[in-house]
Amino acid sequence: MAIEPRGTRPGRMLDPTRIMIYGVLIVAAVYYLLPLYVMIVTSMKGMPEIRLGNIFSPPVEVTFEPWVKAWDTACTGLYCEGLKVGFWNSVQILIPSVIISIMVASVNGYALANWRFRGSEVFFTILIFGSFIPYQVMLYPLVILTRELGIFGSLYAVILIHTIFGMPILTLLFRNYFASLPQELFKAGRVDGAGFWGIFLKIMVPMSLPIFVVAVILQVTGIWNDFLFGVIFAGTKNFPMTVQLNNIVNSTQGVKEYNVNMAATILTGAVPLLIYFLSGKYFVRGIAAGAVKG
Amino acid sequence: MKSIEIKELSLSFGEVKVLKQLDLDIGDGEFLVLLGASGCGKSTLLNCIAGLLDVTDGQIFIKGKNVTWEEPKDRGIGMVFQSYALYPQMTVEGNLSFGLKNQKVPKAEIAQRIERAAAILQIEPLLKRKPAELSGGQRQRVAIGRALVRDVDVFLFDEPLSNLDAKLRAELRVEIKRLHQRLENTMIYVTHDQIEALTLADRIAIMKEGSVQQLADPHAIYNKPVNKYVAGFIGSPGMNFIEGAIETGRKTTFQTDGIKIDLGNYEFAEEAKSGKAIFGIRPEHVVVGAEVASQPYKTTVEVEVVEPMGSDTLVWSKLQNREFRFRVDGQSDFEAGSKVKIGFDPLRASIFDAASEVRI
Amino acid sequence: MDSARPNPYFRNLNAKAAAVPMVLTTLVVFVGCSIWTVVYSFSASRALPINEFVGFAQYDRLFSTSRWTKSVENIAVYGVTSLIFSLVVGFILAAFMDQKIRFENTFRTIYLYPFALSFIVTGLVWQWILNPTFGLQQVVRDLGWESFTFDLISGRDTVIYALLIAGIWQGTGFVMALMLAGLRGIDEDIWKASRVDGIPVWKTYLFVVIPMMRGVFITTLVIIASGIVRLYDLVVALTNGGPGIASEVPAKYVYDFMFARGNVGQALAASTVMLTTVLIILIPWVYLEYGKKKQG
Repeated sequence: MAIEPRGTRPGRMLDPTRIMIYGVLIVAAVYYLLPLYVMIVTSMKGMPEIRLGNIFSPPVEVTFEPWVKAWDTACTGLYCEGLKVGFWNSVQILIPSVIISIMVASVNGYALANWRFRGSEVFFTILIFGSFIPYQVMLYPLVILTRELGIFGSLYAVILIHTIFGMPILTLLFRNYFASLPQELFKAGRVDGAGFWGIFLKIMVPMSLPIFVVAVILQVTGIWNDFLFGVIFAGTKNFPMTVQLNNIVNSTQGVKEYNVNMAATILTGAVPLLIYFLSGKYFVRGIAAGAVKG
Repeated sequence: MKSIEIKELSLSFGEVKVLKQLDLDIGDGEFLVLLGASGCGKSTLLNCIAGLLDVTDGQIFIKGKNVTWEEPKDRGIGMVFQSYALYPQMTVEGNLSFGLKNQKVPKAEIAQRIERAAAILQIEPLLKRKPAELSGGQRQRVAIGRALVRDVDVFLFDEPLSNLDAKLRAELRVEIKRLHQRLENTMIYVTHDQIEALTLADRIAIMKEGSVQQLADPHAIYNKPVNKYVAGFIGSPGMNFIEGAIETGRKTTFQTDGIKIDLGNYEFAEEAKSGKAIFGIRPEHVVVGAEVASQPYKTTVEVEVVEPMGSDTLVWSKLQNREFRFRVDGQSDFEAGSKVKIGFDPLRASIFDAASEVRI
Repeated sequence: MDSARPNPYFRNLNAKAAAVPMVLTTLVVFVGCSIWTVVYSFSASRALPINEFVGFAQYDRLFSTSRWTKSVENIAVYGVTSLIFSLVVGFILAAFMDQKIRFENTFRTIYLYPFALSFIVTGLVWQWILNPTFGLQQVVRDLGWESFTFDLISGRDTVIYALLIAGIWQGTGFVMALMLAGLRGIDEDIWKASRVDGIPVWKTYLFVVIPMMRGVFITTLVIIASGIVRLYDLVVALTNGGPGIASEVPAKYVYDFMFARGNVGQALAASTVMLTTVLIILIPWVYLEYGKKKQG
């Protein structure tokens, strides 16, 4: 008599539980993908087609006119120069903010992980606590502060604010990472006569590429997506892309051009989306590292 | 001449006292092993000597110079770590030269020193590789090399072999000993492995709870442990302890219910006094078979468990309802439940005061 | 040459110098600015802060303003609903994702991409989809169901659901990612043990895995909660608080009174209430975390 395995065979693709699981996952995926789809098809239709048709139907006549208009000539209430102004403003805010905030936070994290001094943990605790304080609580004093420094309404102010509010999460990220590196490496560096900066630049930083990538992703998406700080601190002529987008779409003047609005929305979302799709696991790691380990 | 002097060294982390008023002198060219269970403060002490931890109180002198508050790099030490602690992004050569570059040693001399160290450790073919491309044993050699190129008087080893497998550990142990014989510099070596300690050390310092229990050569540590802790710590399996009392009279004996051992030839530290005591005898000092006849003390035990270990056999038995282990030749054959005649010589025993647990 | 014990304040000077930006940020911004706000919330400040202190007058006015009470009500409804929803859905999605499914990376990429977007983008997309004239409502009506109504945005009582749909769309993927990381952190042997013991999978999740993930849940909860209190951009983009004051939220109240209406005192009182709320959420968490550490 042949010996046959008994019971249901595990891992078969078509058992009801698995169908249910895949069903739920696919339905959820459709819900998540729908807005992206609607954005894209709307941005490629002409206005007559939008008025007559249905938001889910693909464009009958594909046009990139709305994209050009959104980028070049869309009106933000006062000016009609399109989103490109906001794009370059965002780039100007983004690059120094990302670099400075990461430089400051990585040094913080390193000092906290390896060079604890009396009170360093207290400052760290306040810093983490501070990350939960609503920005609104600190806005007005910061306006006064930046005004006193003579930088309110300029790029410097936004950069400073991004550096300040990026500090808690980034410091936590770097501190945890540096603390997870073998302490003996740090000790070996000290025996070898390297100082605070020597150990940081020659031993720690070269070992920490992954966490720098995570930090860059976190900061690029965070700063690009910022609205509040841009609108308050940057000054009208430096408004970042998100602010201009909102002004274009929600300006009450003229006829609403939904296709242009959607094109503008995609353009504004493009940078973080690109980062997101390119970085894949690093993005997940970034948000999880900040949250779960904390 | 003294190479290292440690005077009343104390270290506390908050409320916890990790080192307690510790004194230690280490001679020039001596190989000292700091041995103890984990948490005894041995690694902490080594880190203090290296300057990687700030002491709370006390002084450290290296070569007669007070270095208590010097930076590690200025102490004339080289250190080898348990996890190797090689800089992963640098080649072997880069690892060896990093410290020298920081000291601004001329290039030609760096090359010369690396060449010498690489020759001694036989790592010349590895110089251009990254640590990730090396085996555990090779990494540890490089780590030793990093201390070697510094051309220092004192080598500090922090459990350098613990991450290696048993066979490699034995090989590198011999190599470290050879290195010491060749360089003749002072070495302080932290380990929890008593075999490493006994084989390598000129002297062993056994530590417990932040202080040194006994500082002596391996022979004395093994044969004349100063207290019950040291006696129990050294040797595997540990010493048999029997609680009872010393009776002085016409004959000095150790007694407890069912046991009476004549201590005629035991070398008491001071004159024997009556009182409660603990009698200790190592399992390997117990004999069986024909040799029993020649032993001053003979008795019978009941065998419980037999553990053949190849070269030896370890027997767990009951001596008057007390657990009693002995280690005999691997060829011996015992059966659980059987009665066996054993014997030993009280000269090889250690007796401790019951209250203070100090050797008497 | 003896080395004297150095002054501890001057040891590792480089490390201390490097920490100056952090020290300044904590002391000046997080502590200093918060205290300033609390203090001046008791002042009669209008367009500019002034040193005329009027006790709780600003708070009295605040809580008798219908816009503020509506804001608080909105944030409470939004907060509780989105918390429960995103935790439950996030966990279920994560649990399904953890069943060794195919295309896991694709699914995760899809669920998480909204989180990479700006709230402004999210708000505008959903404003378009929920547009009563051209959006979802019209699509269903065109299919023949003429009386179908799905006009969340222009209804005073329903606009909050528009915010919820958009907010949950953006945030659930993030919760899922955290939960999945938590699930992956659970020892495989737990699953083996429960299989050997013959415990059904759902029971293992409910009685073994979820209690083990307590830390992840609490952390997630605190993160979402502190994000909810800040809710601002999404409202600005999706509804701008309308219709009327139906979708106002506290953060927007602060902003509008501070910068548009020139009533700093009101804004500061409102932000102090926000701060207090966050502290009420945060302190038990810190207490729990700290207590856990003490136990070792």
